[in-house]
Amino acid sequence: MIHKPKHSVLMDKIGSRQHSPNLLLTIQFFIAIVVFLSVSYSQASWNDPYSEVNSDKKVLYSNFGTPPKHLDPVVSYSSNEWAFLGQIYEPPLQYHYFKRPYSLQPLTLKSMPEQHYFDEQGNILASDQSAKAAFTEYHFYLRDDVRFQPHPAFVKQGEQFLYHQLSAEQLQSISSINDLPQAVSRKLVAADYVYAIKRMALRQNHSPILDSMNQYIVGLKEFSDDISKRYEEQLKNSDKSVKVSYFDLNAYQIEGVKIHSDSHFSIKIKGLYPQFLYWLTMNFFAPIPWEADKFYKQKGLVEKNITLDTSPVGTGPYYLAENNPNQVMRLKKNPNFHDEFYPDDGLPYDANQLLLADAGKKLPLIDEVVYTLEKESVPLWNKFLQGYYDASGVSSESFDQAVSISSVGDIALTDQMRDKGIQFLNAVQPSIFYLGFNMADPVVGGYSEQQQKLRQAISIAINYEEYISIFLNGRGIAAQGPVPPGIFGFDEGSYNPYVYKEVDGRIQRRSIDEAKSLLAEAGYPGGKLEDGTSLKLYYDTSATGPDSQSRLNWYRKQFAKLGIELVIRATDYNRFQSKVRGAKVQLFSWGWNADYPDPENFMFLLFGDNAAINTNGAGINSANYDQAQFNELFTKMKRMPNSEERLQIVQQMTEIVQKDSPWVWGLHPKSLVLYHSWLQNVWPNSLANNTLKYRNLDSEARADKQQRWNQPVLWPIVLVVVLILLSIVPLMYAYRQRQMVKVGVSVNLKQRGGR
Amino acid sequence: MFAYIIRRLFYAIPILIGVNFITFALFFMVNTPEDMARAQLGAKQTTPEMIAAWKQERGYDKPLFFNTQANAENKVIDTLFVQESIKLFKFDFGQSDSGRQISADIYERMWPSLAIALPTFIIGLVTTIAIALLIVLFRGSPLDTATMILAVTIMSISGLFYIIAGQVLFSKIWHWVPISGYQPGLEGVKFLILPVFIGVFAGLGTGIRWYRSIFLEEMNKDYVRTARAKGLNDLSVLNGHVLRNGMLPILTGVVVVIPTLFMGSLIMESFFGIPGLGSYTIDAINAQDFSIVKAMVFIGSVLYIIGLVLTDISYTIFDPRVKLS
Repeated sequence: MIHKPKHSVLMDKIGSRQHSPNLLLTIQFFIAIVVFLSVSYSQASWNDPYSEVNSDKKVLYSNFGTPPKHLDPVVSYSSNEWAFLGQIYEPPLQYHYFKRPYSLQPLTLKSMPEQHYFDEQGNILASDQSAKAAFTEYHFYLRDDVRFQPHPAFVKQGEQFLYHQLSAEQLQSISSINDLPQAVSRKLVAADYVYAIKRMALRQNHSPILDSMNQYIVGLKEFSDDISKRYEEQLKNSDKSVKVSYFDLNAYQIEGVKIHSDSHFSIKIKGLYPQFLYWLTMNFFAPIPWEADKFYKQKGLVEKNITLDTSPVGTGPYYLAENNPNQVMRLKKNPNFHDEFYPDDGLPYDANQLLLADAGKKLPLIDEVVYTLEKESVPLWNKFLQGYYDASGVSSESFDQAVSISSVGDIALTDQMRDKGIQFLNAVQPSIFYLGFNMADPVVGGYSEQQQKLRQAISIAINYEEYISIFLNGRGIAAQGPVPPGIFGFDEGSYNPYVYKEVDGRIQRRSIDEAKSLLAEAGYPGGKLEDGTSLKLYYDTSATGPDSQSRLNWYRKQFAKLGIELVIRATDYNRFQSKVRGAKVQLFSWGWNADYPDPENFMFLLFGDNAAINTNGAGINSANYDQAQFNELFTKMKRMPNSEERLQIVQQMTEIVQKDSPWVWGLHPKSLVLYHSWLQNVWPNSLANNTLKYRNLDSEARADKQQRWNQPVLWPIVLVVVLILLSIVPLMYAYRQRQMVKVGVSVNLKQRGGR
Repeated sequence: MFAYIIRRLFYAIPILIGVNFITFALFFMVNTPEDMARAQLGAKQTTPEMIAAWKQERGYDKPLFFNTQANAENKVIDTLFVQESIKLFKFDFGQSDSGRQISADIYERMWPSLAIALPTFIIGLVTTIAIALLIVLFRGSPLDTATMILAVTIMSISGLFYIIAGQVLFSKIWHWVPISGYQPGLEGVKFLILPVFIGVFAGLGTGIRWYRSIFLEEMNKDYVRTARAKGLNDLSVLNGHVLRNGMLPILTGVVVVIPTLFMGSLIMESFFGIPGLGSYTIDAINAQDFSIVKAMVFIGSVLYIIGLVLTDISYTIFDPRVKLS
């Protein structure tokens, strides 16, 4: 007698039913899935978007919202591009990480540049006679330990460069610059900085600052005209495009830019222009090795999008190891980075002193940085909460989840954020967003007292404190003049007396009644014209989307407080720009981010010579403000180094424009950055672009929290499996019933037919 | 059939010229070359000299459709439209206005687009047909009614909702898959699960209703009655007869879509961080990069024409009565 095991009997019973083997297989399949999921449960998080797991290395995970278009330092003039370039290239100077007001320090130089002053005849002047200078010459002495990142462009075989004429065979096997087998470094020399200026001068490279620098650097314009023409001829003769036609800039010299030795060069500028030093912190003046320029002009590389515009060659703390602007950008530590150490000074006494924990350590502190393209705010924010991004901004959708505003306007984190150990950084940006009056307009423009009063009345009526509260969640401060906080000339204690007044020791916006009386004095009592109709003003804007409607309605309401009818003229950005350039607007909104921390960089937006109407649309003074006294003071202030006298001039200029009110001063925005507890040394420095080297992080703490925060939830899978199984059974039953009914019907029919 | 295909391809030339003409006219109606230069060079410090140099280098200093300065036939030939169109017809897309090689970009970006679009298309098609067949099998039952209500509900909700809800549910709350991102190769499968699932789910409503009506129409035809009379069960009738005959109208809508799959999906790619072609055109329009816009419109038109030709050819495969001549 053969005894079957119990489970076999059970199987037989199940198997004896129709369709049961299939059902059994299905059950086994789902059980296998559940077992697999259970096993996986203990493994790494399923939703981890990164494949590499290397706890030995410190890897910072960040994101970018717009793919960088240009990584050629002579072309790039966009903050999203400088976020990368600032880590790769090194101009001669940089901003001190901590010090405020912003302070310059040498980066690749042994010391700050020496300045020599000359008169018209070329005679050297003493420092105390610098005000009379017709020329200023800056001398730069380079450090000895600065080297470029390893790069194939430098590789030599004997006297020849190995990769400067790549064969079709070599090109076939590469998709990025890292695919070439050899790469070597080279020491930074003065000629690299001079070469960068020469590249800037080549008109075909489209450097955005060439025309500005032409005004200052001696001989640059002549040099630019000459080489651009020669290059044009070369292009015509060779029938090649700019991308693949190398022009030997080493053969030509700029009169005011000289190489004295491998470690010493000088730049001579016209007159006095103290702000020139700030330009030397920007990537336009970063060194470019001529070998790289020549290397990247190979047609085969250009066809693969491997150019100096996509594959930078720098001396900075990082090099670009992967450039996929549509997906991921990866920076890795430059093995040749020179000695630079975390600062131990300059931190304000009231700041968190833990920021000095890494003082004296060699930079950079992080090994690798991975930037992922993240266009939408929802996934970005959720990844940050999951711990997959180390820091994040706060979009309007997630603002309430992240931040609470107290009754006095103070920003604090919500409990959910605090529970995760998230911290935040909140700083006023050196920027201004304003509403401009076209001073050339017969109604809102002009310099008479009546016209001033109309603009002052409107300035009072537009309540920017309310705007900041409603539309920016409190992230901004109302501006009192053109100069933002943190910039020389900004006076913390002062306010715009034409819009605000002091009541019981507090500064408050003047009342609408005061605005109305100003309006009446301006000739528009109750916002009416002489014929009794409402004063109608026109506001041009490129904000045409549905999101903008609430803002535009808000503006209408502000003007309606005075009885003025505001007509919105919405148009696309191109037409809007064109109208502003042509002074065909009455009111418009615009903004400006500081290029450098100097009041000149804001006051020049109101300098008469820069008025759009005086420059055929090329000037940046969009309000067309042109006031003789202001212009005179600007010309004087522009040439001066920071001093008490300069401060007084800036304040005098501010008072003039406050009275004339060519802008409703608008607001200075506040940045709000959230970051996880494992990210260290986070300090706001809006003007420096190379601050990544100071960051540090605790990757073990991050891995631990990521694991804890991202355990997969399995019950929904079990539920889905059960539901599927439960639905299969009745379906099969129903199908069989239908078939049996039909069979029954057909049998009956046959039986009837048989009779 | 070969002659037919050749003839259709020749017909495509005037269509492509027309599409190209409209693209040029519409784009330059909204953006002038000066606007384009400003968009590329940046708003700060831009001077007329820089704009002139930029336009000259890219050929935007030429008149758009008619060159009054040129002689004889060059009045038409030496224009931006003709010069750029000739390059397009040679599939020489050149550089984008920001200086990147468009062909290289398209080649690089089409694979991620396909990685989402192809599985979404295939799984979506199979799932939709299977569900449509199932409810046709149970037509008139509560299951049929419930599925139709569900289908209409799915259709009525915005695709954006499914994306955001899917990301919140499957990634944020249940932690099953990464919320966004992309990697090539097998590593990338985990990034594709959610967008493909959402793509399939969002398309279920329309697909089920459409295919159900096709199959129901077939179910009422004589050949089905004959098949049943021969004693075939419902499953055999559906699989062996209804599905095969229902494929013809399905092909009309499906084959034409296949070549355009690689053009990608704008919203899906944007939300899931997939570096595909979906956002390439929109990004180019926003950046006023005409070189990319005209290349992508041209490729889209070519693919659509190819899709129509393929549809015609597929008719002959599935319906022997159809002859192309």
